[in-house]
Amino acid sequence: MSETNGHGELPDETPDETPAGPHRVIGTPPPAEARTLLGGREPDGDRPAPRELPADPADLRKAKVAERLVAACFIVAMLAGIGFIAAYIGLEVHSVDAVLRSNLALGTSLSVAFLGLAFGATIWVRHLMPEVEITEARKPLASPAEDRAAFAETFTEGADASQFAKRPLLRRTLIAATLPIAVAPIVLLRDMGPLPGTSLRHTVWRKGLRLVEDVSNTPIRPADFSSPGGMITVIPEGYQDDDDALAKAATIIIKFAPGELQHPTVLNWTVDGIVAYSKICTHVGCPVSLYEQTTHHILCPCHQSTFNAPKGAQVIFGPAARPLPQLPITTDAEGYLVAQSDFHEPVGPSFWERG
Amino acid sequence: MRWITARRRHPAAGYAIVLLTLVAIGLGYAALTGAGSPASASAPAPGQQQIARGQEIFARNCASCHGLEAQGTAVAPSLIGVGAAAVDFQVSTGRMPAAEQGPENVRKPPVLDTSQTLEVAGYIASLAGGPAIPSPEQVSTAGADVAVGQELFIANCAQCHNFVGAGGALTYGKFAPALTQATPTQIYEAMLTGPEAMPVFNDTTMTPMNKRDIIAYVTATRTEANPGGFSLGRIGPVTEGLVAFLGLLLFMVVAALWITAKQGKPREHE
Amino acid sequence: MANRALDGVGGFLDDRFRGAKSFRTLFKKIFPDHWTFLLGEIALYCFIILLLTGTFLTFFFQPSMTDVIYHGSYTHLDGIRMSEAYASTLNISFDVRGGLLMRQIHHWAADLFMAAIFAHMLRIFFTGAYRKPREVNWLIGIVLLTLGMLEGLFGYSLPDDLLSGAGLRILEGVMQSIPIVGTYLAFFLFGGAFPGHLIIPRLYILHVLLIPGLILALITAHLFIMFHQKHTQMPGKGRTDKNVVGAPLYPYFMAKTGAFFFFTFAALALASTFAQINPVWLYGPYTPVAMSAGSQPDFYMGMLEGALRVMVPWEWNVAGHTFSFNVFLPALLPLGIIFTAAALWPFIEQWITGDKREHHVNDRPRNAPTRTALGMAVITFYGVLWLEGANDIIADHLNIALYTTTRIAQVSMFVAPVLAYIITKRICLGLQRKDLHLLEHGVETGIIRQMPSGEFIEITRPVSEEEQAKLAFPARPPGLPAPDSADENGIPAPGTRGAIGKVRARLNTILTESVELPGSNGHTNGHGADGSGQAQDEPEHAAVPAGGVPDGSQEIAPGAGQADSGSSGDDAPDQ
Repeated sequence: MSETNGHGELPDETPDETPAGPHRVIGTPPPAEARTLLGGREPDGDRPAPRELPADPADLRKAKVAERLVAACFIVAMLAGIGFIAAYIGLEVHSVDAVLRSNLALGTSLSVAFLGLAFGATIWVRHLMPEVEITEARKPLASPAEDRAAFAETFTEGADASQFAKRPLLRRTLIAATLPIAVAPIVLLRDMGPLPGTSLRHTVWRKGLRLVEDVSNTPIRPADFSSPGGMITVIPEGYQDDDDALAKAATIIIKFAPGELQHPTVLNWTVDGIVAYSKICTHVGCPVSLYEQTTHHILCPCHQSTFNAPKGAQVIFGPAARPLPQLPITTDAEGYLVAQSDFHEPVGPSFWERG
Repeated sequence: MRWITARRRHPAAGYAIVLLTLVAIGLGYAALTGAGSPASASAPAPGQQQIARGQEIFARNCASCHGLEAQGTAVAPSLIGVGAAAVDFQVSTGRMPAAEQGPENVRKPPVLDTSQTLEVAGYIASLAGGPAIPSPEQVSTAGADVAVGQELFIANCAQCHNFVGAGGALTYGKFAPALTQATPTQIYEAMLTGPEAMPVFNDTTMTPMNKRDIIAYVTATRTEANPGGFSLGRIGPVTEGLVAFLGLLLFMVVAALWITAKQGKPREHE
Repeated sequence: MANRALDGVGGFLDDRFRGAKSFRTLFKKIFPDHWTFLLGEIALYCFIILLLTGTFLTFFFQPSMTDVIYHGSYTHLDGIRMSEAYASTLNISFDVRGGLLMRQIHHWAADLFMAAIFAHMLRIFFTGAYRKPREVNWLIGIVLLTLGMLEGLFGYSLPDDLLSGAGLRILEGVMQSIPIVGTYLAFFLFGGAFPGHLIIPRLYILHVLLIPGLILALITAHLFIMFHQKHTQMPGKGRTDKNVVGAPLYPYFMAKTGAFFFFTFAALALASTFAQINPVWLYGPYTPVAMSAGSQPDFYMGMLEGALRVMVPWEWNVAGHTFSFNVFLPALLPLGIIFTAAALWPFIEQWITGDKREHHVNDRPRNAPTRTALGMAVITFYGVLWLEGANDIIADHLNIALYTTTRIAQVSMFVAPVLAYIITKRICLGLQRKDLHLLEHGVETGIIRQMPSGEFIEITRPVSEEEQAKLAFPARPPGLPAPDSADENGIPAPGTRGAIGKVRARLNTILTESVELPGSNGHTNGHGADGSGQAQDEPEHAAVPAGGVPDGSQEIAPGAGQADSGSSGDDAPDQ
């Protein structure tokens, strides 16, 4: 912390433009007599220090106008603050339109209150406080060499007294003692979650589990889903409230006209031109579902990986590296679409153990 | 001009120009995200004896691309079996007759009036049936459940049309249009027939009741007030980021310039 | 009266804490004035406002993923299954008076916080304010930026709406892609498979306790260091590396910074009144089955999103293990390289230039053309990926094909930074020449005068003293000599020997490329040793107009050259 106490005791590397003293006050009346705030406690009180900050702005007439302006700003701010409280008490919420009115009233009054304070304070500092520009010397940040040497001495003395340097056995055992304790917090985090095991390789789909429409949870007959160009999201029956299951098991089914589906789509896993693909993008797991029935592209809305639906959902654009896994489907005795089995490969984003 | 000449060498002139440009960009962007006014609904009324007139209008306006028998050509698909709903959707939204070949036919003022549209629709329906134009009762939102519509919309529509139907980009310059102007009938017809790249949601996979729920959600949400202020296009954090930089940060910079500006500096005059 | 209060309260405190002297020093602390010095304050005040509004929100928010059926005021979601976190966010928005306003102020403040940090950081970089002795504060700043990004990401994930859930899904995918430990990290963070029931409470405690605590501690350190080292100042009349010119803390800086705090709060209140942010009720509750078009993160994560989008589908399967280069490279590399390079830059620059002096007068960006050009190249690279992070919105609203935007980004992420570097460097050098021209020939006034001989000249006026002090940029520090400069005895200078030394010397010539002030070389060399670098003191100004014009600078009217130099010559004695 630099001291600017009115004596010429500044470091001698002070540039030459401040020979008259440490402070230069620009555009101000000559210094008035001293009146320090802390009265007699002025540390160098042998003579009154010259006033460093002018007491009055340069233009008193302008200052009068500014004073009124500032006061007006503060009054507006006060009124707006009262308005805020009134709006809080007077305006109910509980519906979109009521919240709109409440937010508008509360927000406007709060904005005006702060704007009033901001404008008032700014005008005050700009037009009422006399402008000053003071030059203060910087002291070098580095300690003088003798201070450093003294510290080094103290440090070495202490180190010697502690025997730390002299007794390597103590030093090494102390370090050895801290290591396990340093690792312990990381070990403690182990129970944050279970080990993944093979859970990422499986979904809840299994043989005979019905495909039901998302939201309405109704099973689907191939005849119901008969319009080529149709695409709908399906989930395993009975899991509509299980987000953990849905996060991997979400599936889309797409209806194709006869002959449109081609290798590498597994045709044995389709029913009447209906093919089921995992809805979880193989890139980072967003639900892919922008299906364009003209181009048969499935587009991921997150990173725009594009999959070619009639050809095994192979990647034709974007950062995803693998096709969407295909869910083997068939129909059950009642004619509803069911899974033949789980997916034959892990769904969703890649992971280290995936292979 | 004098005023500008006198000030163009002012130290703040550069900042002022940058500021004006940024504001112009912001306004331009805002204009791009603006919405229009909704169009009026068309009343479906199938007419038997107007098929002949429909065929005549078809021959004049549509046959050049779709063929005289609506059998389709190299540039346009066959319309046999698409049904009256598809015709009504395409013609009443102004997408057909198409202005030009492009990745996506855009909504524009319809070329044919309502009765002409119904006549062409009747003619196409007479060729091989297909989905009919829904009746006003079918698209009525009375008794529909907006909350179910929200779930259905998020599950089936939001991936392309965005969560409130503000639209979104598809591949190769195609896009899912904003649903700000679509009438309930048009929304219903679009789900039923799957225009352009849109998948088909037939009545067995998405029941007529579900369709009405979705229509209720779309129409209720697009007229719902924005309690937090202007909507910023309801397209998510991108416009919010723009406002953070071009609105908030710029406002703070102007405040900083004011607070730190030299006051009453005597200006030099020649 | 005032003195009595001072004696009373001040006396009470001083009797106990002995603060008169240190508070006097504090009050007299000088703060230089420049509008860019307030950018960091925006971030500081946003943080205070974030703490205030955030505390309010915690009174009502339930960080729980327990399923509830919503029957609240927002009827469009009536009867829908959602997490308690989402339901309580709806409750804050629609059933707590002022709740929506506080939510919006909190979110806007987070956005402005990050925007201000970016702006502040760029200001520090482009003016060289990170140089010795401020390297440590620069490093703290980078850590604060990183923490701010995490804090924001965790914060906007808390409401558990469709958009934020998608963000968490992507976070999970990115974590899983990390080789060897990724799967485990993801399982430990989420407490099992995604989404589980633990991620919101865990993010909540990180968001409201751990990260804000760290940010608060680091901000305190940041401010104390700034305070202790005193603020930098912009070049100007009477400003050197040995002084600080400005107004004292009390009352000037206090009043100004107070006004600025009110402006910050006013800006956020205005935005929150008139611009709706994060309308979670429209996004709907999170479901892993669905996704909206145009899903984006908040802007400070947009660059990472763009990096993911721009990447090619590159994945290896080796010996039963998967390397997802398509995910972890873009997630870790671009920002990792930028932040690491930024952290090391002050030390790299010091090593290249050999400049170990303290710097307290900032560079004008043009006066460090290579640094400015490098900065602009990084900004351009960042900007390309940032825009790509919103490419679907851009494609939709500007009618560009979606894939085209990605292709453009893939090319321009390599090309545009190079172009930006070259263009910026040329502009900087051009601006330096313009400054030189001003110093030598004065300011064109636009007044054309006809000479008795019939020719026209434009009257110029000499630049004012203040402008001159600003324009008379110091030449770059001498540092290392050029690589081919054999010294007196043909021995290369120390530090440029050997292969590394040659590279260093070569880098030094690139880094210090600058327009030379005529006759300034000997001057700066003379000062280089004692570490002052004060090229702005008076003798130099006098030398500038008198110095020869090395290359033919362009004149406006024929024959004006004589008139110009004549006029500056005339003006020199006036000063």
